[in-house]
Amino acid sequence: MRIIVLAKQVPETTEVTVDPETGTLRREGVPAIVNPFDTYAIEEGVRIKERLGGEVTVVSMGPPQAEAVLREAISVGADKGVLVTDRAFAGSDTWATSCVLAAACRTLGFDIIIAGKQAIDGDTAQVGPGVAMHLGIPQVTYVRRIDQIDGEHAVVERLLEDGYEVVETPIPALFTVVKEVNEPRLPSLRGKMAARKAEIRRLTADDIGVDSKRVGLEGSPTRVMKVFSPPKRSGGEKWEGLEPSEAAQKLVCTLRDSQVI
Amino acid sequence: MEWLDYAGTEEQQMMRDVARELARERLAPAAEEYDRSEEFPWTIVKEIAAADLFRVFIDEEFDGMAGGMSIHNMALVTEELSWGCGGIALSFAATALGTLPIIISGNDGQKKKYLPRIAGGTIAAFALTEANAGSDAAGIRTTAKKDGDGYIINGTKQWISNGGEAEIYTVFAMTDPSKGARGASCFILEKGMEGFGFGKKEDKLGIRGSTTRELVFQDVRVSEENRLGREGTGFMTAMKTFDMSRPGVAAQACGIAKRAVDEAVSYAITREQFGKPVAANQGLQFLMADMAMKTEAARALVFATAKYIDTHEKRSTKFSAMSKCFASDVAMQVTVDAVQVLGGYGYMKEYPVEKLMRDAKITQIYEGTNQIQRDEIGRALVKEASREAR
Ligand SMILES: Cc1cc2nc3c(=O)[nH]c(=O)nc-3n(C[C@H](O)[C@H](O)[C@H](O)COP(=O)(O)OP(=O)(O)OC[C@H]3O[C@@H](n4cnc5c(N)ncnc54)[C@H](O)[C@@H]3O)c2cc1C
Ligand SMILES: Cc1cc2nc3c(=O)[nH]c(=O)nc-3n(C[C@H](O)[C@H](O)[C@H](O)COP(=O)(O)OP(=O)(O)OC[C@H]3O[C@@H](n4cnc5c(N)ncnc54)[C@H](O)[C@@H]3O)c2cc1C
Repeated sequence: MRIIVLAKQVPETTEVTVDPETGTLRREGVPAIVNPFDTYAIEEGVRIKERLGGEVTVVSMGPPQAEAVLREAISVGADKGVLVTDRAFAGSDTWATSCVLAAACRTLGFDIIIAGKQAIDGDTAQVGPGVAMHLGIPQVTYVRRIDQIDGEHAVVERLLEDGYEVVETPIPALFTVVKEVNEPRLPSLRGKMAARKAEIRRLTADDIGVDSKRVGLEGSPTRVMKVFSPPKRSGGEKWEGLEPSEAAQKLVCTLRDSQVI
Repeated sequence: MEWLDYAGTEEQQMMRDVARELARERLAPAAEEYDRSEEFPWTIVKEIAAADLFRVFIDEEFDGMAGGMSIHNMALVTEELSWGCGGIALSFAATALGTLPIIISGNDGQKKKYLPRIAGGTIAAFALTEANAGSDAAGIRTTAKKDGDGYIINGTKQWISNGGEAEIYTVFAMTDPSKGARGASCFILEKGMEGFGFGKKEDKLGIRGSTTRELVFQDVRVSEENRLGREGTGFMTAMKTFDMSRPGVAAQACGIAKRAVDEAVSYAITREQFGKPVAANQGLQFLMADMAMKTEAARALVFATAKYIDTHEKRSTKFSAMSKCFASDVAMQVTVDAVQVLGGYGYMKEYPVEKLMRDAKITQIYEGTNQIQRDEIGRALVKEASREAR
């Protein structure tokens, strides 16, 4: 099985600051780590490989220093790392990022793609689904367990707010995983040695055949107007001891007053 | 806390990092639970194996590490794991102890058969002690009687670390009881052999994350291929094993002592009395300074000895005994002092330091009590001086 895992380098702290001028994240001086959700994606890829055979290739789009993510992935059992890097990619939004990663996956070839649920910095949870859409393959998000998988199809459990659903999908497909899916292993000695020696392949916009006008800041349809912390949700109101009919009447009045209905 | 670093090569830095992460993420958080339950920590032992740490004391040609069998490697990993939990770490260190007789006295066939399995995480044990033969190991009564092309083993071993959990055992038995120490031989036994059973599991003061059991041999038949070295060389194998394994006990003691210093100091800067942190009192600072200083001194001796062993053909008996004796005495003092730094809280099981004190105690006892170590050091000194005088 050819398994691709998408992994992003993110700043260590969840307290990243935002540049008020450009509305983008300030990443300088903050230690970089593998996006925590992606460590589960890597572990799941390695477990599938250990069961079915094949190869795990971890792909990251980012600047040259994002190579660290790929070496770390190799130290916990991934076979190869591919860094998708090009000045043209700078400033990509989630659409452009997905477009680039999809093109890289197409270039490399795959049976399944595994991504994290979301990145702890951008936090949109859009890139996994975006990649699947660009590639025209099925996607199952929030996977908490892969029950069955072979060359033809997979049966997975998808986490919902109030339970889970069982989804069967043909392969190739893309999965995004939640942290319930496994417990990632720690690096091994042989893994660390392999990581040190590994050749990290680099792919540019030309290598994966994307038009550099369709990626980067220019190719990104999103324009950031303003970045701010949302106001804290207020507590809401609670009415107690009312008859059901009274309560219904009061509710309708309140909703009407606030122009909800 | 920053400690002096004894990881020399890039590979040693990697194994230190791998062991340190395991100690922080797995051993330390589980230590209290295993201390209470006294179960064997299988899930963690499997992770130690998956991290390739059992390879560090085995030659590359037997699926171990480049650079070959190294006591320095073994001590680095033992120290890191023991920082997390001295008991759980013993699953690793006692495997190294059980493996050394094969490394020291095994022939190529025996090494090929057993070492790759151990490198991959099959755990081992070392069985010398009996109820009536502790310090006086030559007094063992387990016998191996020649029978055709093999031996029949009978007897009982006591207090064997990893006993019942290990698959591979190096067992010392008398092939010729009339010859005393020169009549002992060492055999490789495997769990599941007919007549090889296990007795009671001990309920211990410390290192409760390690299992200590009795081994019972009732007419266990082994072939000649299971004998390590010539008949009668068993005692020599045991003594050479201790030369190499005692720095491991010493490294275990250092890991425990380091943890005690780390815990004590980080507590002392947060606990306030008389309106200031207790660490602001010079009286307590002097105590902590001594704890850290003794621990670093012990580590220096241990790693210098480990390097000596890796680079010299000569036996290291004197230095090995010194490092085991000194480091374990330091661990005992430092852990008692750590309890003192935490005051009443240190005495409570809710805090980690009373366990460190209980765990430290064993390092003064096993692989030769510290009285026996001093005995060996003294004898070596006298012997060397007499030789020089001649
Ligand atoms: C409105 C908006 C505007 C933005 N504008 C800019 C900008 O101008 N400049 C700028 O630098 N950034 C910008 N970003 C950030 C950037 O687009 C995102 O960080 C990036 O697209 C990934 O999205 P995410 O962090 O939300 O990841 P998510 O969609 O939350 O990530 C989900 C999963 O997708 C995979 N994944 C995500 N990113 C990568 C990657 N790079 N490599 C490999 N796998 C990956 C991982 O498996 C991850 O777990 C913008 C983001 C938004 C939402
Ligand atoms: C938890 C645990 C794990 C162990 N694991 C193993 C194992 O894996 N394999 C194994 O083979 N053994 C193991 N042992 C046994 C251990 O090595 C012995 O307990 C140790 O060698 C001491 O023997 P003893 O307990 O019989 O003490 P004894 O020999 O009875 O000694 C009692 C006291 O007398 C002192 N003493 C004895 N002789 C002298 C002397 N000549 N001069 C001065 N003082 C002396 C001792 O120092 C001690 O203070 C283990 C023991 C324990 C407690």
